[in-house]
Amino acid sequence: MIWNEKIETMPLEDLKNLQSERLVKLVRYVYDRCPVYRKKFEEAGVSPSDIRSIDDITKLPFTTKLDMRDNYPYGLFSTPREEVVEIHVSSGTTGNPTLVGYTREDIKLWSEVMARALCCAGAKPDDIIQIAYGYGLFTGGLGFHYGALEMGLTIIPTSSGQTKRQLKIMQDFQPRILACTPSYCLYMAEEAKEMGLDPRKGSWRIGIFGAEPWSEAMRREIEETWNMTATDIYGLSEIIGPGVSQECTYKEGLHLFSDVFYPEIIDPETGKPVPEGQDGELVITTLTKQAIPLIRYRTRDIVSMTTAPCRCGRTSPRTSKIKGRTDDMIVVRGINVFPSQIEHVLLGIEGTHPHYQLVIDRQAHKLDEVEIMVEVDEKIFSDEIKQMRALEQKIKKEIEAVLSIGVKVKLVEPKTIQRSEGKAKRVVDKRVL
Amino acid sequence: MKIRQISVFLENRKGRLYEVCSLLGQAGINIRALTIAETESFGVLRMVVNKPDEAISLFRKHNITANLTDVVAVEVPDRPGGLAEVLKVLSDGNVNVEYMYAFVEKFSEKALLVFRFDDPGRAHQVLSRAGITVISEKELPNL
Repeated sequence: MIWNEKIETMPLEDLKNLQSERLVKLVRYVYDRCPVYRKKFEEAGVSPSDIRSIDDITKLPFTTKLDMRDNYPYGLFSTPREEVVEIHVSSGTTGNPTLVGYTREDIKLWSEVMARALCCAGAKPDDIIQIAYGYGLFTGGLGFHYGALEMGLTIIPTSSGQTKRQLKIMQDFQPRILACTPSYCLYMAEEAKEMGLDPRKGSWRIGIFGAEPWSEAMRREIEETWNMTATDIYGLSEIIGPGVSQECTYKEGLHLFSDVFYPEIIDPETGKPVPEGQDGELVITTLTKQAIPLIRYRTRDIVSMTTAPCRCGRTSPRTSKIKGRTDDMIVVRGINVFPSQIEHVLLGIEGTHPHYQLVIDRQAHKLDEVEIMVEVDEKIFSDEIKQMRALEQKIKKEIEAVLSIGVKVKLVEPKTIQRSEGKAKRVVDKRVL
Repeated sequence: MKIRQISVFLENRKGRLYEVCSLLGQAGINIRALTIAETESFGVLRMVVNKPDEAISLFRKHNITANLTDVVAVEVPDRPGGLAEVLKVLSDGNVNVEYMYAFVEKFSEKALLVFRFDDPGRAHQVLSRAGITVISEKELPNL
């Protein structure tokens, strides 16, 4: 089933006209309402009258995570705060978190794209969905909730965690759809086996997984373990949250809802578009958002994209799974982690700048674990064990407060952390995806 | 009257203590007293050596985290209740012992113990007043 048949199967030429019309309006809208964008346009020497069609989009300046941080909290808003009905916050690279806000219309847009995504994954209106993404400041839980509500599904908002209860609820209500991070899905399979349940006899037949990188191998494992179809969803809170793109049941790329989120694939070095099918950074313009419309937002995610028609009938372009990042961000249990955040915390402790390394690991069928190794130099070393333990605990607590996930801290001897060309390697990702 | 203890940060891994001790041995530095405190992932080696300055620069050269800590070497009667008497003096004088350990060899009929106090200056006063001998670095027989 296709949720919005008219839009989602629109002939490419009509789609382009719609995008052009929306872009022209958008540029005028942010220019008139957001001083930060007006200034950015002026600095780039572009005025709203220069934008006549979607092809003119390359004349516009990019927006980056830095713009969001520098204008925290409300600088990038194009509507007064009073018109904002919901806000979400994700951790920032350093200092300020990233704030996103939604007007009532933005929530409607979110509901619409998430309903499209759910249908794309194979949901039907009489389905029951178990939403095991976190509800709260993280956009995962509520994004799915709005889409499922829009579609009229029966929602079980379990949020994340409490695995035994998740499994009990699955047995009791027999939901056909599960939404969570892919690693949590595999973790639940282990827990199920320990409880004496056969995952293949579980009720979930469709899984909608995202918020962290995963591979085809992981897909096969999930599908075999749970006897379900595992689909990939993509989104980021700056754009809307989940619901930017979603795989259909053919699983040949993620359909990006380009009538509202206009994609470009650029060379991250030059900022110029790359030929179709080649890897590049995904850049998105939110064509119809009201509270924080973003012009040419640099997602830092590396993908390739095709406009070839899909067997499912949808005409939206399709992107590959995320192939990498242009920065050093890593995603752990759905949470974005930047090494600079760790640096910030360590710098704040005792005013020193010890060498550190993040080791991300995923034991088979377990959740991702983060260990932070910190080299002990003379400045932070004490002959008293209790002082060293206190230091370990302090580092742990402060990092957990910043990242919102549990971490292990290990104090190590100097020069333990491997260095390449004199520079310490900050992240070791041992996860086999 | 304080003496200097060398404290070394060690990860809990096989052979590490040997590596550190053999470094000292090769440099002709003698360990007079030592103790190790450990957690599941790391340990702190504390020792009194005959050449503390040389030991510290040796460790620095080998990227081993080490520092000097002031401790007090106290003569304790080598008989039942000997240590208890000293501890009572300290306790009555409101001095906290963070940790303590003994010298390897004996210099007299009395045992020589290393104390790490929260307030070494105060500990020294309390001990002297009670007539308990505190040994200075210079007084340690050279071996």
